[in-house]
Amino acid sequence: MTLATPQPQALNFDCETGNYHTFCPISCVAWLYQKIEDSFFLVIGTKTCGYFLQNAMGVMIFAEPRYAMAELEEGDISAQLNDYEELKRLCTQIKRDRNPSVIVWIGTCTTEIIKMDLEGLAPKLEQEVGIPIVVARANGLDYAFTQGEDTVLAAMAHRCPSKAPVADTEKEERNAISRLLNFGRKQEDVKAEESEYADHPPLVLFGSLPDPVVTQLTLELKKQGIKVSGWLPAKRFTELPVIEEGTYVVGVNPFLSHTATTLMRRRKCTLINAPFPIGPDGTRAWIEKICSVFNIQPKGLAEREQQVWASLEDYLQLIRGKSVFFMGDNLLEISLARFLVRCGMTVSEIGIPYMDKRYQKAELALLEQTCHEMGVPLPNIVEKPDNYNQLQRINDSHPDLVITGMAHANPLEARGINTKWSVEFTFAQIHGFTNARDILELVTRPLRRNNSLKDLGWSKLVKDEAKV
Amino acid sequence: MKLAYWMYAGPAHIGTLRVASSFKNVHAIMHAPLGDDYFNVMRSMLERERNFTPVTTSVVDRNVLARGSQEKVVDNITRKDAEEHPDLIVLTPTCTSSILQEDLQNFVERAQLDAKGDVILADVNHYRVNELQAGDRTLQQIVQFYTDKARKRGELPTEKTATPSVNILGISTLGFHNQHDCTELKRLMADLGITVNAVLPEGASVHEIKNLSRAWFNLVPYRELGLMSATYLQEQFNQPYVDITPMGVVETARCLRQIQKVLNEQGAAVDYEAFIEEQTLHVSQAAWFSRSIDCQNLTGKKAVVFGDNTHAAAMTKILAREMGIRVVLAGTYCKADADWFREQVVDFCDEVLVSDDNGAIGDAIARLEPAAIFGTQMERHVGKRLDIPCGVIAAPIHIQNFPIGYKPFMGYEGTNQITDLVYNSFTLGMEDHLLEIFGGHDTKESITKGISAESDLGWSKDGLTELNKIPGFVRGKVKRNTEKFARDRGIEQITAEVLYAAKEAVGA
Ligand code: SF4
Ligand code: SF4
Repeated sequence: MTLATPQPQALNFDCETGNYHTFCPISCVAWLYQKIEDSFFLVIGTKTCGYFLQNAMGVMIFAEPRYAMAELEEGDISAQLNDYEELKRLCTQIKRDRNPSVIVWIGTCTTEIIKMDLEGLAPKLEQEVGIPIVVARANGLDYAFTQGEDTVLAAMAHRCPSKAPVADTEKEERNAISRLLNFGRKQEDVKAEESEYADHPPLVLFGSLPDPVVTQLTLELKKQGIKVSGWLPAKRFTELPVIEEGTYVVGVNPFLSHTATTLMRRRKCTLINAPFPIGPDGTRAWIEKICSVFNIQPKGLAEREQQVWASLEDYLQLIRGKSVFFMGDNLLEISLARFLVRCGMTVSEIGIPYMDKRYQKAELALLEQTCHEMGVPLPNIVEKPDNYNQLQRINDSHPDLVITGMAHANPLEARGINTKWSVEFTFAQIHGFTNARDILELVTRPLRRNNSLKDLGWSKLVKDEAKV
Repeated sequence: MKLAYWMYAGPAHIGTLRVASSFKNVHAIMHAPLGDDYFNVMRSMLERERNFTPVTTSVVDRNVLARGSQEKVVDNITRKDAEEHPDLIVLTPTCTSSILQEDLQNFVERAQLDAKGDVILADVNHYRVNELQAGDRTLQQIVQFYTDKARKRGELPTEKTATPSVNILGISTLGFHNQHDCTELKRLMADLGITVNAVLPEGASVHEIKNLSRAWFNLVPYRELGLMSATYLQEQFNQPYVDITPMGVVETARCLRQIQKVLNEQGAAVDYEAFIEEQTLHVSQAAWFSRSIDCQNLTGKKAVVFGDNTHAAAMTKILAREMGIRVVLAGTYCKADADWFREQVVDFCDEVLVSDDNGAIGDAIARLEPAAIFGTQMERHVGKRLDIPCGVIAAPIHIQNFPIGYKPFMGYEGTNQITDLVYNSFTLGMEDHLLEIFGGHDTKESITKGISAESDLGWSKDGLTELNKIPGFVRGKVKRNTEKFARDRGIEQITAEVLYAAKEAVGA
């Protein structure tokens, strides 16, 4: 792909404020209820919210999941019923049937519109029912898709203990990660090992990742002598990390800007602004940034990155020189684009539902740097894109791959355009050095599919010239 | 507030969008927050639709809330009108945006000033009705809109077609096996010498609506979609309709006889008896199956049926009347039309259940312990957990309900498909049994899971070991009987001894 216009020197940002498709942020319940094992999520909304949850997460709902809808009925909307009494009835029932350690109320557009004062109701109800209640307003008026996680984690940041409540040895015990890492070892060994860590202020990581990835990233940092004192969220609500004034925090997901702000402003933490640990390049940059903040000389990172790249070579051959277009869905777009540019692809457009230039500052800088180093044009970043306009641009530029929300995938495929669902990147394990392979497994699948079908001549499966 | 885990019928806007997007060259604008546009995903993914779903969300966000929606909605309507020149744009809120109580009718009037195509507001109460009722209403509204329009212009035809003809009403996108049923119904009509004047709404153009009255009658195969339109057309044009679902050998014949009656009353002289007999005895395999030795083995077996009105009623009749299977419970989630359902099935089942609470149905199944279930995806999962085979006969739809091969439920080919479904559901149970006998299955670990949340009883290790030795297809039953036995006697820990005592007590 060549551009006739001279290459811009800095990233270009547009905001189309268009009509675009993405998932509702309440979908974060799907992964958070699994991540936080002692939680119960109560989504307070309408039938529309319930229908979305049920269809988007059809599989899980059959298994008596730890989430449910508090469906608002006409009486609730018209304020004939008492919100407090209604919620009390439901939460009492949940406590009786499931006995979770925390109930997370997920506010929705409806609770916003009728101005239900969830934050006001929760403290009193929490006392009366005797279960912590966390309120997250993950509504579709203010947020898109993965930002739902941001609202929940920001709310949970307030619940992290500010002091270790018990004696030091026991404090170790209540920390799930150290227990995991020290599994089956004697206290003396653990003590001895403490000396392997450099002396640095406490570090807490935020972002919800599957447990194996949590372990991988924790171990990567340990190799550099950096000790992770906890993760937000932890596996259990009762194991939320201790956050003191001056704790350093670093995010693993690019959509957590409110959580970052809450940790900085309300919990007086210091945020390490790093690129995100996605792809070997991003993971290295992420670790290096943390090391630099703690004045630690990183060891063996360049070799580590090189090894990973070498192991990816079979995939890289398939995508080098190819172009990719992000329609914008899950806010992972900048990180993925940066990684794919490093893989040798060109990116024509990055659609993204919401662009926080401050929280993503280091990532944007790395994207820019990567484009320069790889000698490819800088992508156009389009916030709140208009899908209809994007389809025209896709039609014009004919990218080799479009990463898109689910609604557009089949119609694009029918017009001979390769697609990959963006939501797959949300649910796959993509963080850290070794999982880069999983990203490329997804990215190359349509291209490999084409290789196996290429002799059939079935590229376009609609009759008229694509009228989009 | 209601604690809800599952719903059978979707929210109202889904029904409206199903109808609007079934039509050719009709676009829907959904006035809603960003996350409400899951319909597009469903249509594109479940139907494997090749075209972009003609639904655009006019996004309601914080800014729109502050400034008011009018400008944005009107812009989006006129923009879509200019971009794609649809014949009609249907504006719909969702239950969320309808709380804003905006004057959407006024938005539509404003937009109509600039739009070349027609613009209407889906006239549905989003809080009171569900997907099915809203779909029925939207179809009727569109039919009425174009009938009125043609009347004003003097474009309504006055003559019927020269030979018998039919409108098939209610075929729509994201309907349960609708496409296959539609093909089968068209074939059936062709066999009867009846011309299909129109199929609505799937694949139809709104321009066809003015000619609906040319047909001799309307056929409404599904109770849930099309009845309001048929009633409207009857009022307007004195056009009769037939609303007998042609599912199963007996009901298909009844439907055809009703059609015959309706046509002959209008001066035709048709006689379908020979056709019905030929199809029943020699073409459809279903009647022969009922006589075959395979079906004999099903006699008196217990089944639970649950679904929408159309499919649950038809299935109950087929099982009871055509296969000799005992329907211990027939249920529907269409609460608004419950009287009709009761009247249809009361003679063919032991018990009727009208409920949209999946827990109540699950508990009923657990209590009744049928040999097979015919229900929705939800009941299939209940069946999985209780080790009871389930054939899926009704929406809510799922990707599995869009098979690539030809699988109608209606007409004579439908009778064959249903026979296969019933037979396979029951034999799956038997096959399981044989596999167990020959040790072909892994031991299942899930046996301690009951359907209603927690069992207060504990199983000792040897008790569990014994339980695991019992063949899977009766294991659930033995477990429940044993627990009942233990509970009645206040036994808290179930050991192998208790299990055998219970077995003896029930004479099993
Ligand atoms: S388990 Fe099967 S039927 Fe159930 S949701 Fe998954 S794919 Fe569908
Ligand atoms: S966008 Fe709002 S109304 Fe729609 S599903 Fe999400 S929270 Fe519910």
